[in-house]
Amino acid sequence: MTTLIEAPPTDADGLLPSKKKSAGGGLGQYILIRFLLIFPTILILVTMVFFLMRITGDPITAALGGRLPPEQLAERITAAGYDRPILVQYFEYLGQLITGNFGTTLSDNRQVTEMLATYGSATLELTINALLVALLVGIPLGMVAAHRRDKAPDAVLRIFAILCYATPVFFSGLLFKLTFSVWLGWLPVAGRARTSSELQLTSLQAPTGIYWVDAIRSGNMAALGDVLAHAVLPALALGLLTAGIFLRLVRTNVIGTLGKDYVEAGRSRGVSEFRLVTKHAYKPALIPIITVMGLQIAVLLGGAVLTETTFEWKGLGFQLATYLTARDFVAVQGIVVLLAVIVAVTNFIVDIVAALIDPRVRY
Amino acid sequence: MSSDPITTYKDPRASWFGRLPVVSHFNKSVGLQRGMLVTGLVLTGIFLLTAIFAPLIAPYGFSQISDADGGFPAQQAPGGNHLWGTTVGGYDVFSRVVWGAQTAIMVIVVAVVMSIFIGVILGLVSGYIGGWLDRILVVIADAVYAFPSLLVAIVMAIVISGGRSSLWGGIIAAAISITVVFIPQYFRVIRAETIRLKAEPFVESAKVVGASNVRIMSRHIFKNATRTLPLIFTLNASEAILTLAGLGFLGFGIEPTSAAEWGFDLNKALADTTSGIWWTGVFPGLAIVLTVLGLTLVGESINDLNDPRLRGRKKAAAGKVGPDSTAGAQAALQSEVSSS
Repeated sequence: MTTLIEAPPTDADGLLPSKKKSAGGGLGQYILIRFLLIFPTILILVTMVFFLMRITGDPITAALGGRLPPEQLAERITAAGYDRPILVQYFEYLGQLITGNFGTTLSDNRQVTEMLATYGSATLELTINALLVALLVGIPLGMVAAHRRDKAPDAVLRIFAILCYATPVFFSGLLFKLTFSVWLGWLPVAGRARTSSELQLTSLQAPTGIYWVDAIRSGNMAALGDVLAHAVLPALALGLLTAGIFLRLVRTNVIGTLGKDYVEAGRSRGVSEFRLVTKHAYKPALIPIITVMGLQIAVLLGGAVLTETTFEWKGLGFQLATYLTARDFVAVQGIVVLLAVIVAVTNFIVDIVAALIDPRVRY
Repeated sequence: MSSDPITTYKDPRASWFGRLPVVSHFNKSVGLQRGMLVTGLVLTGIFLLTAIFAPLIAPYGFSQISDADGGFPAQQAPGGNHLWGTTVGGYDVFSRVVWGAQTAIMVIVVAVVMSIFIGVILGLVSGYIGGWLDRILVVIADAVYAFPSLLVAIVMAIVISGGRSSLWGGIIAAAISITVVFIPQYFRVIRAETIRLKAEPFVESAKVVGASNVRIMSRHIFKNATRTLPLIFTLNASEAILTLAGLGFLGFGIEPTSAAEWGFDLNKALADTTSGIWWTGVFPGLAIVLTVLGLTLVGESINDLNDPRLRGRKKAAAGKVGPDSTAGAQAALQSEVSSS
């Protein structure tokens, strides 16, 4: 019976070598083409952002206009080369990007790459936490909803899923803050950690920047508790947004596979309902789930901007809002390019994983 | 029922009213699905009515901070003259929430109409003509679609208005920002349908008869490719509200003196939470949630009812849902009674 249960995945793996031989490297070719497609995606986004930002004028006037006398402004623009033809600037910018030079921020005069590394780890931590919440909440509840389809639990869970989607993160964040921080006083209102533990963690040797990893590595349990207490509310706010989408996705796809003959066959052999839902029906339903999960990374990153502003979580999103207010377009462009790369690479990974699981995806 | 079939011939199609998108879905629905559809319609109806009659419902203007009796108190708790309290700036929360519905609906309508218009045209042309134009458009649309939509909207908002602006300027800016996010979605749907329809015999026969490309696209393909639009419309309307609120929350929406906007109010309310002032944030937030909930419920129900795998059937409801869902059984029973 166990071989039957495992049948679909092993079958897929078994197809790989034979298909490779007949089609002249089906999977290898697919990965290569898919990999090459990353670059036009990034290029298009970089190009769009570059020209859109420049339509409004040069970055220096945008950031400092009105605060400096016109002569000084013109001097600075010439020094930075913003008075040259825009196409020259564009190709220069592309050349710099390839060598990893993102320029220097205008408002606080930092290397953009250094700024990205510092705040990127904070955003990474938030996104990982939120993804964990989303998976832990969304997938089991989705299975329950599919199993109890059209009954009371399903109705409640579907409403819950839609509410998760309908509530903007800054509103759920505000409600969480009111309830758990202000009224109950259980959790801190904002930030990533207390100043004391933040100092301890950033003074570590070669910190990862992900506070709970750093706290565990240094064995600092007090700091770990503090960091986790700060992480709960932002992770919940951002995670629930995505949990609703996962719940619906798992529900729809598991309902689809639950109706298949092999599930009925399993049931007639006496396989438990729990095993039918969590193994037989769930595994084949994974492919669409993984594909959509890739797209959810973009949603999570967009939501991170709002979550970080709500909880003063000093990550890329928080900085983005700050730099936007300061009209620091060099910094904004750097953040947008980094996010574009992340989105393009995750989509690539997701497509490859989907192709490895299901040979039909390759074309 | 047993009368002569010839004399009592009826048009097999329902009346034109019964075939309207939402009405036909309502007739198809049973039990839980009907409940969700009705809840969604009610919430959406309240939203629409609030928006239309905002001048009559709201006791004060959205930027009014004083009346004949003098200035409004700041951060007053709900009750008395100010049903839902006042903000730190002295605005009346209830009035701003009501006026916010009007702003939201203007942005949605402009945004969705623009994105349908542009997205449908691009999708039709790209799918029908194909070739290199199609490939370039697909790559661009995919790139924009993959990117976090809020960031696209922020970049557009900066470009259009430099961040903040007047009422119509702000509405147009917000709408265009949202449009750019949505065009790829309409484009993908319409393009896929166009490619499928292009191979159908009726397109071929139109070509043989000598119809021009424009005529084939605008009459033969367009009418068949737009079946899914009501669904995308409702889902996008809810997303448009969330994007608008997100923009407002980050400070790229509409000036508070030009229009009321829920996201902006929530941003201002954030600072109030630490001192336990809940009414400035909870009411605009609930307005967003209920409006999005209503639109999503309508969209979800239409989606499920269009999909035969997800649609609960009337007969099946009576047999399957049975003992522990009286609602389903009753709905089925009632539909049996009313149809006989």
